[in-house]
Amino acid sequence: MDTAKLEFLRGTLDLLILKALIWGPLHGYAITRFIRQRSDDALLVEEGTLYPALWRLESRGLLAAEWGLSENNRKAKFYRLTAGGRRQLRQEVKTWQAYASAVAKVLAATQLPEPEEVQ
Amino acid sequence: MTTPFWRRYARFFGPDPSADVKDELTFHLAAKADDLVHQGWAPEAACKEAERLFGDLRAVQRVGQRIGTRTETRKRIEDYWSDVIHDVRYTFRTLRRDPSFTAVSILILTLAIGANIAVFSVVNTLLLRPLPLPQANELVWIAPPPSTCGWSCATYSADAYEEFRAQSRVYQDVSGYEAFATPENFRLTGYGEPVPATGIEVIGNFFQALGVQPTMGRLFTPEESRAGSRIGESTGGPAAVLANAYWRRQFHSDPAIVGKAIELNGAPVTVVGVLPDSFDYGAVFSPGAKVDFFVPLSLDKERMWGNIVTLIGRLKPGVTVAQALDDANRVAPDIYFNVKYPQSRGQYKGGLVPVPLKDYVTGKLHRSLIALWLAVGAILLIAGVNLSNLLMARAATRAKEFAVRSALGAGRGRILRQLLMESLVLSGVGAVCGLGLAFVVIRWLAHQGSLALPLLSALRIDAQALVWTVSIAVFTALIFGLLPGLRVAGGNLQVVLKDSGAGAGLGRRHERIRSVLVVTEIALACVLLVSAGLLLHSFVRVLDVDLGFQPDHAASMNVEYDDSAPTPEASVQKRAAIFQQVLARVAPLPGVEAVGISDYLPLGPNRSWDTPVPKGRPFVPGELPEPLVYVVTPGFIRAMGMNLRGRDFTWADGRNSEKVVIINASMARRFWPGEDAAGKTLMRGDEEDRVVGIVDDVHEESVESNVGAQVYYPATQQGPSRAQLVVRSTLPPGILAQTVLRALRELNPNQPAAEFAPIRTIVDRAVSPRRFFMLLVAVFAGLGLMLATLGIYGVISYSVTRQTPEIGVRMALGATAGRVQRQVLASTLRLTIAGIMLGILIAMVVARAIASLLFATSPWDVPSYLGMVLALLIVAVASGYIPARRASSINPMEALRNN
Repeated sequence: MDTAKLEFLRGTLDLLILKALIWGPLHGYAITRFIRQRSDDALLVEEGTLYPALWRLESRGLLAAEWGLSENNRKAKFYRLTAGGRRQLRQEVKTWQAYASAVAKVLAATQLPEPEEVQ
Repeated sequence: MTTPFWRRYARFFGPDPSADVKDELTFHLAAKADDLVHQGWAPEAACKEAERLFGDLRAVQRVGQRIGTRTETRKRIEDYWSDVIHDVRYTFRTLRRDPSFTAVSILILTLAIGANIAVFSVVNTLLLRPLPLPQANELVWIAPPPSTCGWSCATYSADAYEEFRAQSRVYQDVSGYEAFATPENFRLTGYGEPVPATGIEVIGNFFQALGVQPTMGRLFTPEESRAGSRIGESTGGPAAVLANAYWRRQFHSDPAIVGKAIELNGAPVTVVGVLPDSFDYGAVFSPGAKVDFFVPLSLDKERMWGNIVTLIGRLKPGVTVAQALDDANRVAPDIYFNVKYPQSRGQYKGGLVPVPLKDYVTGKLHRSLIALWLAVGAILLIAGVNLSNLLMARAATRAKEFAVRSALGAGRGRILRQLLMESLVLSGVGAVCGLGLAFVVIRWLAHQGSLALPLLSALRIDAQALVWTVSIAVFTALIFGLLPGLRVAGGNLQVVLKDSGAGAGLGRRHERIRSVLVVTEIALACVLLVSAGLLLHSFVRVLDVDLGFQPDHAASMNVEYDDSAPTPEASVQKRAAIFQQVLARVAPLPGVEAVGISDYLPLGPNRSWDTPVPKGRPFVPGELPEPLVYVVTPGFIRAMGMNLRGRDFTWADGRNSEKVVIINASMARRFWPGEDAAGKTLMRGDEEDRVVGIVDDVHEESVESNVGAQVYYPATQQGPSRAQLVVRSTLPPGILAQTVLRALRELNPNQPAAEFAPIRTIVDRAVSPRRFFMLLVAVFAGLGLMLATLGIYGVISYSVTRQTPEIGVRMALGATAGRVQRQVLASTLRLTIAGIMLGILIAMVVARAIASLLFATSPWDVPSYLGMVLALLIVAVASGYIPARRASSINPMEALRNN
């Protein structure tokens, strides 16, 4: 499968960002790395979409940002989940799973269903 | 994660979202490049590759800046509001902890702000807002310059109106109304007992010219206007338009009233329309009077009646009053008094002067209102200074609280903001309560029918008043909050913290400022007191004016009569018989001392006709004044309590006997200087009238103006326009009314249940504007005095508290209680006298400015100034006495131990 061609569904990126931050603060580059590694290089986050998404989440109050030092002693902006962000994550994970399983069920269909009886 | 050291200073000059975005992206590129180097790329190539992989760096940066700026702004607002909410909460907590201070401050502010809103509403309605008519700035009142011959010289003939309207070029329309209507000039029948009603005859296009549309029905048609108010030959019959209030009161808001016939003066009149509630004729044209309905004025029928209509014009858009005056001067020489008499052409030269209608309605009140506004502004200042004083005292005792807060990191700005927040909350609450107070006052004032001030019914608290409320609330909060706030925030807090005892440290300096504040307060109160004194003195002088008649123990009632007869002579005889019968019936009633009839009463509507001249003496036309005319019966002069020299009319002065008149003293002096007028002859054209008596001058137009010429004709010889019965009696009018009314009903069943009005109420109404302004200024002066008293008490009381140890030492060293008391009182008087001196200086300037509002009172009126000094000294001693007593009862041992 061509990894680079996997497009993000709308809203999925936000969900992944929130998920990435569940263990603690990370900077933007670490978030891309996390998504890439956990998806076995299947999902590549484009920087041009990642940062605006981060800022939007921050301005919605789902993320809080702080400046700190990276592992290489560079100054970097670290994001962490706020209480609202955690709530949002729980909510979206639920929605996503319901959606994904519904889509999977449809795709797993092997034959046309029996026609429903019309009265 | 702790904020790294560099970050504390990186945004030293405030947040910078765009730099933050750049830093963040730079880090990303560097981290990516690191990874690439790790994978074996050359460092420089790695950087390039990282940038390439990123894509459009600039675009992302722009997005970041936009979002960042937005977030930053929102955060700043959120922070600010959370601080404000915190401050407000804290303020309420501190204010609750000191309920007496809070209650006193809010009371002061309620009174001051309430008074300000109320006066603003009055000023706004009477001076600032246009008249409550559409495009009111286009409306002008056209009248000659003021004269002493009353309404007859301020009005125009039907011909003059028509000529003026036809020849003028600057008006959209010109209209007018009949100016000689008296209250209750109609009788409404068909609704139980006959009831009196007030109707005004207006020129057919009156409402169109004013821009008033009926809420129901229509206005007058040209045919109706031609027919006039009396039953005419023309088809359709007379029509009337009802005032909204009358329609609601008399006809219970009958939705089907239009088209119905009502009976006025015994004749059916069709109601063709109902005017909107927003149009109040009395409020604009006849302050203090209520008008029930309008009937069209037939110009044709009034053509021979001389000057009868006022002129009101609606200028074309963009035409100025000066242009209108030019135009009036252009047409004036061509205007006839009566087109049938060529010599009457040009009679109105110089007598057609348009002024804005607004100026005519409220112009005379301009100065009074401005004075009132200033007085109420002074009250606001005094209240502000007073609160400043109270807050200073509070701040002094709270100095430690602020010192501790400051030591814990609160900036001066933050403490200042906290103090300002307290004053804002106080004045906010005061403004809300004041608005309620003003609302009540304005509601009350709008329903004062007996107050002869224009536009009262249009009074209301509107959006402008609300804006005014908010601005004065903020202004007051600033004047009383800023000074104490700056003092506290600027004080040396270490000194306070080191010091011990309540309010120590800031004490002495505070006291000096507070003394200055109290002196200011006293000075302002002084000015108010002097102004009130001058106005009160003027009012007393006005009441003392010899009116020329005795208003007490007399009352009057409108008498209905029917003198219709085939010939004028028969009519005169019939009328004389009716009048004689009425008087003969009323005179013997118990309690009646004197009784008589006149067609007009003083201080109301009036009129004049002809210009009589002394017989055998040449006069240049226009040299002699046109006298006001009263047609009276025998006994009227005594019933009014007028002073007569010579003889009264008798019933023997009939149609065929010698024509007689009574004139007033001014006219006698003017017509026969240095001679006795009694027995002399007046010429009216070819007719001769013998002067049989001379009465003292009666104030006919206003109590305060000078008196012109007046002439009294006997009702047995001339035609009165109506009959106003005057009864002099020691009995109260209420008791008399029933018996008199019964007597009148026996003679004429159509006599309406007219009110028996004491003559005193006529005078009261005439002086009501002056009484109104005097009372208001007096109330404000009282309020100012009260606030000043509170201020003096506050300062002296506080200084006694502060000096308790010192006084204790002095008393321990042998000072007597009396001596301590004297010292405290002396410092009170020092403040007061300083305030009075300053106040007198300002008061003298103010007194000169309001000199035109005074009546027979000099701006340097000594009793007013003395009264003010006395009042202030008394309250100063009284308010200094309580702290003085407290000082003298200090126990030296306790005072010293507590220190």
